[in-house]
Amino acid sequence: MDQPSAHILFLDLATGACRREPLSPARRHADGGGRSLAGACFLAAQPDGAAGRFDAPATPVCLFPGGLAGYGLPGASFATLVGRSPHTGGVLTAAVPGGLGHGLARAGLAGLVLTGRAAQPNILVLDGRGARLIPAGALAGQGTRAVFAALAPWLGAVAVGPAGWSGSLLAMAVADGVHPVGRGGSGLLLAAKNLLAVVVTDGLAPHPAFVINPAKAGGTADSADVPELAGPADPAGPADAPGLAGVADPAGLAAARAAMLRLIDASPALAGPCGFGRFGPAALLDLTAGRRMLPTRHFRQTFFAQADQVSAPRLEALYAPRAVGCPGCPVPCRRVSATGAVLPDNDALSHLTALLGLADPHLAVAANTICLDLGLDPPGAAAALAFFAEVAGREPRPEMILDGLSALAREGAGATLSPLAVKGVALPGFDPRGAYGLALSLAVGTSGPDPWGGLCLAHELLRKPVATDRFTFAGKARAVFLGENVVAAAGAFGGCPYCTLAVGLEEWALAVAAVTGVPTCAGDLARLGERTVVRERLLNAQAGMDAAADQLPGLFFSQAGSSGDGINVAPLSRPDFLAARAGYYRLRGLTETGAPTDERASALELPCLR
Amino acid sequence: MSALTTALAGQWADRLARAGLCDPGQGLVACLDDDLAFSRPSSHQALVAACIDRLGVGCVILAPPAEPHRTILEFLAAREAPAIRPRDCETRTFFHDIPVIGEATPAAVVAALARRKGAYLPGVGILAHGALSPEQAFVTVSSVAFAGFVKFFADHLAAARAGTLDAAARTAFAAAVAKLPPPPTEVPPLARGPFADRESVLAAMAEAGRATVELGLVDSVFGNISYSLDGVLAISQTGAALDDLVGGIDCVPLDGSSCAGLTASSELGAHTALVRLDSRRAILHGHPRFAVILSMDCAAQDCAQRDACHVACPRERFVDDVPIVPGEVGCGPRGLVHTMPPALAADGGRRGVIVCGHGVFTMGADDFGVALADLCAIETLCRTRYFQALGTFPL
Repeated sequence: MDQPSAHILFLDLATGACRREPLSPARRHADGGGRSLAGACFLAAQPDGAAGRFDAPATPVCLFPGGLAGYGLPGASFATLVGRSPHTGGVLTAAVPGGLGHGLARAGLAGLVLTGRAAQPNILVLDGRGARLIPAGALAGQGTRAVFAALAPWLGAVAVGPAGWSGSLLAMAVADGVHPVGRGGSGLLLAAKNLLAVVVTDGLAPHPAFVINPAKAGGTADSADVPELAGPADPAGPADAPGLAGVADPAGLAAARAAMLRLIDASPALAGPCGFGRFGPAALLDLTAGRRMLPTRHFRQTFFAQADQVSAPRLEALYAPRAVGCPGCPVPCRRVSATGAVLPDNDALSHLTALLGLADPHLAVAANTICLDLGLDPPGAAAALAFFAEVAGREPRPEMILDGLSALAREGAGATLSPLAVKGVALPGFDPRGAYGLALSLAVGTSGPDPWGGLCLAHELLRKPVATDRFTFAGKARAVFLGENVVAAAGAFGGCPYCTLAVGLEEWALAVAAVTGVPTCAGDLARLGERTVVRERLLNAQAGMDAAADQLPGLFFSQAGSSGDGINVAPLSRPDFLAARAGYYRLRGLTETGAPTDERASALELPCLR
Repeated sequence: MSALTTALAGQWADRLARAGLCDPGQGLVACLDDDLAFSRPSSHQALVAACIDRLGVGCVILAPPAEPHRTILEFLAAREAPAIRPRDCETRTFFHDIPVIGEATPAAVVAALARRKGAYLPGVGILAHGALSPEQAFVTVSSVAFAGFVKFFADHLAAARAGTLDAAARTAFAAAVAKLPPPPTEVPPLARGPFADRESVLAAMAEAGRATVELGLVDSVFGNISYSLDGVLAISQTGAALDDLVGGIDCVPLDGSSCAGLTASSELGAHTALVRLDSRRAILHGHPRFAVILSMDCAAQDCAQRDACHVACPRERFVDDVPIVPGEVGCGPRGLVHTMPPALAADGGRRGVIVCGHGVFTMGADDFGVALADLCAIETLCRTRYFQALGTFPL
């Protein structure tokens, strides 16, 4: 993609040193942006090419907007945060919903590469005066609600809560006050840099190019160096965005946008009466309950008889929430009550109710809201509490949940987490015994068990593009391989994972070609996605991760779920799982240990594993 | 495993023939599991194998189209290469266009299938790929055939009205018409309602769905059907085959107390809106071809919405007593959920509504008998009106 105004900002937080590099058209064409370009820059910025700790000052943290963020495409405003996983030392890739990707792109930034560690907690601000570091002061350590209130108004922002400052492995960054930012310790990545928040505000400079040295923070910028803007940016469209490159084919971009909207409107899961646009992703709880794949009582069961008491429609009736979404999204999927409570998404709702064996919708909403305020991963925290109760031989007690969450945030890295995890991250709200392709994708996900990572929810649960048999591994290795490529490619351009239920690479290719003027087809983007995933595999292999990291906990191979209603929820067959994983490794071009072969790495123009 | 894969390929090849998309034994289905398996030996095996290898997909279908689709697609490919651009709803929403492949080489075929889900190779057939299963490729083959059919007959009528028909078009049209299956003359009797329990409802829906497909009023992978009973709407799932609805029906509470409809048809919103406006309980939606074709015929050449009539037609249009309304699939701001239900419920309940470029909705008071009969009658009416518009005798 040839976007002459796109730059990557390299910032050393220890010194305040900053440089800005234009993104070459060749690199933009190869990696698009977002998840792919962030991964490429993360790999390139490794000190001496070696793996280090996630919190080593030299270890970079990359924050990149999607390559098409800011162009007004539906479901295309995401950014991606890439760093080293606090759990594994491998890669941690976290999608950043909300307005940050949109804002960064409109600031003319293809990405931020952050190294070093500031001497004190800081906030990185991108606004009409450029890029500045300002001391966080007393805001550091406060809840994210207070942080976002202090930062407002913003085009997009991501912040760390108290869990990040305590060093909790459950620390999760929060975007725009309502969006969870991935799982697996995303909050720790920013906290390790002593960065409380990154915020893009209205009145953007086209090329934010300077940073105040933290030692001088609190002073004023030299405004003579900063381009002035006529007015605030319009979040709805790219027309007056100062940092965005022109569009090679405006009519083609409009056609691509129309095609994306048509597909989203035609998607029952997104725009239907029961879809995410109406109830948020928590709508899935009724499906997991009905399919007997709702993780219950710390995965000892897969059916929760009281699921209807905590369903998304039940929450809707209780709270009459307003919908909040990302810029330009036609199906806003977050729900916020009149009092500011943030209703849980599927993983959070599932684990804050069924996994704990509790059927209290008010408790689930309160717990989710507290988790977001603490910057604590709600499903991971709920899984930890469920595990504590299991070890103690008792059922979780409602009155202890909120205090338990606060304790988890305080305890930092020493807190005990649920062992029912992959790559250190607790399994999400879909029991692997209920969908075998999903089981495989949860195991092999590069950053941990992401239920959207292999797109298996689409065909195994939501019947898109066609329904597949969820109780077989046959054909699932290929499904995960291709699905991962699609999700990774969409992530390169700012695509929302939910919207991949409707929008395919054909439509993304139309948009890419329209913006860049370079003929692009779905196959090109699939290869970009493949390259992205293999690069992440390479980073994991460099960190010493092998096939043992691509494994599900033993419980799922030894214990049955809750059969009934004509549905048999058997334990997974370990030989069948391993055969499917081996098939996936072959398709992905990996060795038996899960590392990229030199042949595949070379074919994808990636460095070989040393 | 290889025997199972071969059997799977054979099953989908048979289904191509049953659906009238290929002549028996002509469809070539290739499925890859541990090994690559073909439904039959073919001189095109190497070409198809190369596609599977280079695209990294699990299935490729090569479907030499049965008549009249062969005549139609050959004509359209010759006229419109490098791509056929149908204007029906399915193609607009899901396919964009149908690439015409210039030569029968792996490079040319892969290039086309890397862009689109399906393509046409003149002299050979429809090519389609499925990442997940043969069903994906089958749906694409069916869609290409349907879209080509609709475009061919719609374009012919438009050219006839404009006086721009040439000899080749007339020849192809005559050949295609000569190979059209006759219109259905008899609607089979269906279970009589009202139905008192869920089992009876599901059985009646399955029976009506099968009959709709057998009458040629919908290709099996399209259309939808529902029945309202005691505050619950039983509705076919998204992507469910109407002639195989066992296990493919969702039961959705109409009070909004459950998200069980998350996997229901894309038209769940339209069905629930109809239930609220109209006391009839049975709803049937098919894609009868001549109703779709005639809905795209409009004499208003100077209309400002000429290229957007499927979503923004400003006129009240009818085929006799049956209204034609605009609207896209689903519940978006231009969705048919806003246009079709009030039109069908108007005047105490009409016998049907045609959604422009898309299909027909009908209803029955207590069962599917009247809904199916009306669907059939509307298609026969539209077929008659089509040929009358051309000044020829109805077929």
